[in-house]
Amino acid sequence: MTSAAAPELVIAAGSVQQAERYIRAGADAVLVGEPRFSLRQPGSVTADELKKLVPLAHGFGAKVYVNVNKLFYNDELAALPAYLRTVAEAGADAAVFSDPAVLLNAREHAPDLALHWHGDMTGTSSAAAAFWGRYGAGRAVLARELNEAEIADICRSTDLEIQVQVHGMTNIYYSRRNLLESYMEHLGRPASLIRRGPDRGLFLVELERPDQKLPVYEDENGTYVMSPDDICLLEALPDLVAYGVDSFYVEPLLKTEDYNVTVLQIYRAALDRIAAQGERYEPDPAWMETIRRIQDPDREMSFGFLYKEQVY
Amino acid sequence: MTLALEVPRSEGKRVRLAKPELLAPAGSLEKLKFAVRYGADAVYIGGQKYGLRSGADNFSIEEMREGVRFASQYGAKIFVTTNIFAHQEDLPGIADYLKALEDAGIAAIITADPAIIDVAQKHAPGLEIHLSTQQSAMNWQAVRFWQEAGIPRVVLARETSLEDIREIKRRVDIEVEVFIHGAMCSSVSGRCVLSNHFTDRDSNRGGCCQSCRWRYDLHADGEKIARDGEHLFTLGSKDLCMIGHLPALIEAGVDSFKIEGRMKSVHYVATVTNVYRQAIDAYMADPEGYTLRREWIEEIGKAANRPLGTGFFIGKPGPEGHIYEPEEKPAPYDFAAVVVDYDPGSGVATVEQRSPFKPGMEVEFVGPGGRSFKQRIGEITDAEGVRLDVARHPLQHIRLKTEQPVEPYDLMRKKVH
Repeated sequence: MTSAAAPELVIAAGSVQQAERYIRAGADAVLVGEPRFSLRQPGSVTADELKKLVPLAHGFGAKVYVNVNKLFYNDELAALPAYLRTVAEAGADAAVFSDPAVLLNAREHAPDLALHWHGDMTGTSSAAAAFWGRYGAGRAVLARELNEAEIADICRSTDLEIQVQVHGMTNIYYSRRNLLESYMEHLGRPASLIRRGPDRGLFLVELERPDQKLPVYEDENGTYVMSPDDICLLEALPDLVAYGVDSFYVEPLLKTEDYNVTVLQIYRAALDRIAAQGERYEPDPAWMETIRRIQDPDREMSFGFLYKEQVY
Repeated sequence: MTLALEVPRSEGKRVRLAKPELLAPAGSLEKLKFAVRYGADAVYIGGQKYGLRSGADNFSIEEMREGVRFASQYGAKIFVTTNIFAHQEDLPGIADYLKALEDAGIAAIITADPAIIDVAQKHAPGLEIHLSTQQSAMNWQAVRFWQEAGIPRVVLARETSLEDIREIKRRVDIEVEVFIHGAMCSSVSGRCVLSNHFTDRDSNRGGCCQSCRWRYDLHADGEKIARDGEHLFTLGSKDLCMIGHLPALIEAGVDSFKIEGRMKSVHYVATVTNVYRQAIDAYMADPEGYTLRREWIEEIGKAANRPLGTGFFIGKPGPEGHIYEPEEKPAPYDFAAVVVDYDPGSGVATVEQRSPFKPGMEVEFVGPGGRSFKQRIGEITDAEGVRLDVARHPLQHIRLKTEQPVEPYDLMRKKVH
């Protein structure tokens, strides 16, 4: 959607303190959640903590989105009504969903709660966004595997807000299986060698691609493989703003808080300068230099799929 | 909303009113015919657009018409997979394509993308919509959502257990289809873009290069986990095989049993379909007296080329659900020929060659319904009656004497040494 409002900078946060630090660094919104209801959060913010976080964030003029993007089993559904009511009562600005069960529960138990559809790899067209929009979603989070022309066309073709990831690693594989634990068991090693939750010490290397390290981790919801590179779309930001992208997401997973703060400050400065300078926008060369300096040398920075043509 | 009643039970007797559908894959018109002949109630195929498995032969609209004509002679239906997640460039042609499918007599599309569902409901109302497993519906509320959206059948996520299926069927009045046999994603379906990253091939539009089955070193805190000689890490899953649990699946209320494998051979499709057809028929004829037959398991073993497991049906798979050993052990039997004609007077069959065979070889003939016998090949000739030492040409018609009557579409297998 092409909107007059300045686009938003959003990041996931793993605690109230972290959320505050990210907001102070320039985030317009923070995405929080707990693993009972969400996948790949960098930590847990409980429903009680949410009640503290929302007024704090609103005090800064920032929004709080609650991640409810898990795909649920039957026996996990019973907790949804109370959770969504609590999220709504806490004053959260939106809930992010992937499973339509969340949509049904929100409609019934938290009818005023705004909804963002986040289909991970399946968020690939304006027509899919329109479908979820009819059921109440106000925003679609796009798949990371789209290119520039596709993002631009989706923005032109939808009434929903569009969110795009601009920085950090992307999830490229998600299984409900505990693949790491199973592997350790297969080898006859203690499963305790693998820590649970986001873990910077674990990665996969495919035999033919020794230069690429794919972070991998496991938690109660399954196993995640992450991209070997970090996307950095800072240089594409003016184009994405011009296309009408409404929200820019920074993925903080498996990075230090300091790294994320620096990245936020730079994207904040860039977005502010784009808003102020419009067509005359000139980026500060120090921004990319700074990001390159703090970037893990083992992880290339890339434009992801922004300028790629994929085949199938 | 009508809630389905519990499956009625009395004195432990199993009661079920409806016979489940057996749904088989076909990557070509020939495979479709074999699937139907070997007992599929419905066959799913890919068209030339909007389907995953872009590497399969895939059907033209004309071939679909012929497939529908053939299947309808046996009371079978044809479904078409339109199971990609469409990008902007894919959107404009959807309506015309779906109308063409409808016009060709296709009974249903199997689709995951709401973008395609919307178009189908508006422009091709004659096509039933089956929600693909790529949408990963795994709880009863998600299933109810799709039912309310006008979807009459859901192919459940591979992560659902038998217990989950029972609850879904109890709570929602909808047809439920599950995969019962074949290869499967170890990821949540649709939630894997390994191919996109490794090879720029879009897995959600048919470009999957099966990176999950590659070998990986797992590193923890700077060290490789696997020591010398130990198996490397893999994401690859064993294939699914539920032949040992059919009664439980039928009693759970599953409406359609689906076999995976649009890329698989005639031999595979015919063999696996044949076995499940026999098992379902045996159970429906006499639920109380039903027993799992050893021949069925042996038959499946003759076509399978990967270790088999039960996925999530019985419980979450642990290490036994994965393949750490080197993969793709060849099947112990090789497909040698297809019977195209049989003369009862002389007992001579005409077969079409699929891999070389020669006099003296031990072969096995297999037909629909589990008919089978073994024999040694005697003299072979070409169609003109010229004696041959080896049947070496693919598709060549060869005549040989069979020890028992055979029928067109019967398979001839040779043992691999």
